[in-house]
Amino acid sequence: MTVTPYQSRLREGPYGFADLLHAEWTKFRTVRGWIIAVIVGGLAIAAFALAPGQQGSCNVSSCTAPVGPGGEEVSDSFYFVHQPLSGNGSITVRVASLTGEIPVLTQRAAMRDGLVPWAKAGIIIKASTSPGSAYAAMMVTGSHGVRMQDDFTQDMPGLPGAVSATSPRWLRLTRSGDTITGYDSADGTHWAQVGTATLAGLPQVAQVGLFTTSPGYLQTSLGEASVSGGPSVATGVFDHVGLSWPSGAWAGDNVGGGGGSPGGTAGSSRAADTFTITGTGDIAPVVAGGGGAGVTIAQTLVGTFAGLIVLVVAAAMFMTAEYRRRLILVTLTAAPRRGRVLAAKAVIIGTVTFAAGLVSAAIAVVLGQRVLRGNGAYVYPASLLTQVRVIVGTAAVLAVAAVIAVAIGTILRRGIGAVAVVVMVIVLPYMFTVAAPILPVGPADWLLRLTPAAGFAIQQTLVQYPQVTNTYTAASGYYPLPPWAGLAVLCAWAALALSLAVFLLRRRDA
Amino acid sequence: MRRAPARGTRRADPEYAGHALHAEWTKARTAGGTIWLLLAIIATTIAVGSAVATATRCPAAGCGQDPARVSLSGIDLGQAVVAILAVLAISGEYGTGLILFTLTAIPRRTTMLAAKAAILTGLVTVAGTLAVLGSLLAGRLILPGHGFIPAHGYPLLSLADGSYLRAAAGSVLYLILVGLLGLGVATAIRDSAVAIGIVLGLLYLFPVAAAAVANPHWQRHLEQIAPMSAGLAIQVTTGLRGMPISPWAGLGVLAAWAAGAMLAGGLLLRVRDA
Repeated sequence: MTVTPYQSRLREGPYGFADLLHAEWTKFRTVRGWIIAVIVGGLAIAAFALAPGQQGSCNVSSCTAPVGPGGEEVSDSFYFVHQPLSGNGSITVRVASLTGEIPVLTQRAAMRDGLVPWAKAGIIIKASTSPGSAYAAMMVTGSHGVRMQDDFTQDMPGLPGAVSATSPRWLRLTRSGDTITGYDSADGTHWAQVGTATLAGLPQVAQVGLFTTSPGYLQTSLGEASVSGGPSVATGVFDHVGLSWPSGAWAGDNVGGGGGSPGGTAGSSRAADTFTITGTGDIAPVVAGGGGAGVTIAQTLVGTFAGLIVLVVAAAMFMTAEYRRRLILVTLTAAPRRGRVLAAKAVIIGTVTFAAGLVSAAIAVVLGQRVLRGNGAYVYPASLLTQVRVIVGTAAVLAVAAVIAVAIGTILRRGIGAVAVVVMVIVLPYMFTVAAPILPVGPADWLLRLTPAAGFAIQQTLVQYPQVTNTYTAASGYYPLPPWAGLAVLCAWAALALSLAVFLLRRRDA
Repeated sequence: MRRAPARGTRRADPEYAGHALHAEWTKARTAGGTIWLLLAIIATTIAVGSAVATATRCPAAGCGQDPARVSLSGIDLGQAVVAILAVLAISGEYGTGLILFTLTAIPRRTTMLAAKAAILTGLVTVAGTLAVLGSLLAGRLILPGHGFIPAHGYPLLSLADGSYLRAAAGSVLYLILVGLLGLGVATAIRDSAVAIGIVLGLLYLFPVAAAAVANPHWQRHLEQIAPMSAGLAIQVTTGLRGMPISPWAGLGVLAAWAAGAMLAGGLLLRVRDA
């Protein structure tokens, strides 16, 4: 009788990548501290969003902004001398001067002569006098020449240069159905088309006329880290008003309430064919920072940093515990292809932290906004797609940071070094530039382009508008890189760290 | 007959404490990383401080910049290296099992921890002083070229000036207290990676959270209790009135954090098995 020798049912090596993943998942799953760390990290992210003190700093009037045709919050206040236009037609005007006053910041309620860069005087065709309604306008500005703007976000340049008595500007708007075309001219005879605007659903009877407005004055100091300012006023002088229809009576309206007009100076006067209109406010999208008073949904994600540190500790130990316990010898004996071991670890830690980050960021963004609004804060609106991007992106930042921690843990073979390095390269640049900015804007922007902290750009929801004066700094929520480019910088650092880790893991004795 | 425990016979023996100090000094001196970490404290502090000073401009009087804070901003990073040094001072022993020998040789655990704290304080004092003096020297050389001139209200950085001296000496004290905070946390936690995570979290998370909280009332309170925000008030030489906390009170807050951590660490060390 022959005895069949015992044969192990276990498969012989080399193991496939799926087996490596299974092995690494088992290691992670069975260490209670790491599972607790993932839960604590996730809870920290959600908890910060729901903590008391999550408020905005806006007052009542700036908490409720009108909504423009594109769905964005806008400021829409200006002095408007207008009459109705039924159907098609055109309006022509000569702007002879644009002057203004800006606040003296050292003295309360004192003003001095001056013009803010985006002070506006010109002609406008608007659906109605209610703030936020559709419009197209031709205007001269404080220091950006002639512009054609429509529906708050569109801006096209016309003739450059400032307006004065010796170089007046002629402006014309022509309505043909839903299409409005803007022209400018330096002499009233040679006209150039500046642009066209399509205002879908413009009513048959639109309000047409002259307007002046002047956005708030901003002065920055501390390298744009500190902002002060106040409302400004502008006065435009118009003549040679030409209408393609028989002129009716002109009506004067301070559109948008105009409650903030300094000294109540907004208004108009008419002498023969010359109109003088003084206004304050702006026709533009609302922006955050020095020029705005709301908060972004990124504020609900401040707990990302707490979660990040906890998850990075777990990720670093996931690798360095192998060295501490000499488990690395067993691991590398079982799977001699070392690069694949590291890849498996990166996949497992990345997946786990991504999942934890996704759940907690979703809770933070959804519930955090409710808390903020419940506390009376004005939260800048963000589309559903943007919110999904912020949530998924935050989870991705956490996952990539965890992978970097595994890589640096491999390079340094010490948990403490890995944790310290990751915190120093991700959290510290953020603190220097966004949280407690000590750097001027220029160098701060470079830090946020080059360091792994660039990844937090994925949390930004604000749009920069060149036609709105504001401190577009990282500290007020405007990153130098677009969202996905910022995340790509973080990923590039992860790829670099992983490459170095694989190189060293292969070269060194375990 | 039962013998009294060894610790009882050694009470109030100055020679014993001297041995403990000598042992800790030998360990610190011969551990491979110590000298590199000390050099890193000096290098990172001066490098970051010089970089921030190079980037900062004061175009006119009333620009609101604080030359002491700018020059000493490297402390923000240098403190992380101090924390590593402090955490490794004790958790390095747990990592290798050396702690068993240490506590066999010096059974009075409080004495052992005090000796570690004393050696750590000495090391951080030396490195911190060099780092602070180097940073101030760099600031003194760089800043006048960037508009920090008497005409703009900024006399040359000098230790003869009381507020600059306070910022300089206070920064060294700040680093010492961060070291003790790290030592206390690491004694309580034992695992170096977790301990450094907690210490850096305590230092860096408060300012990040304070910046995000828009409610000025909460923001002020956060900055008053945060070890880093409050402690670094010691560096402020301009605009003191607007600060949430005065310089020495701020350093006191950090001292309270450090004392709390050392107390927790010391108690756990006494009641726990090594």
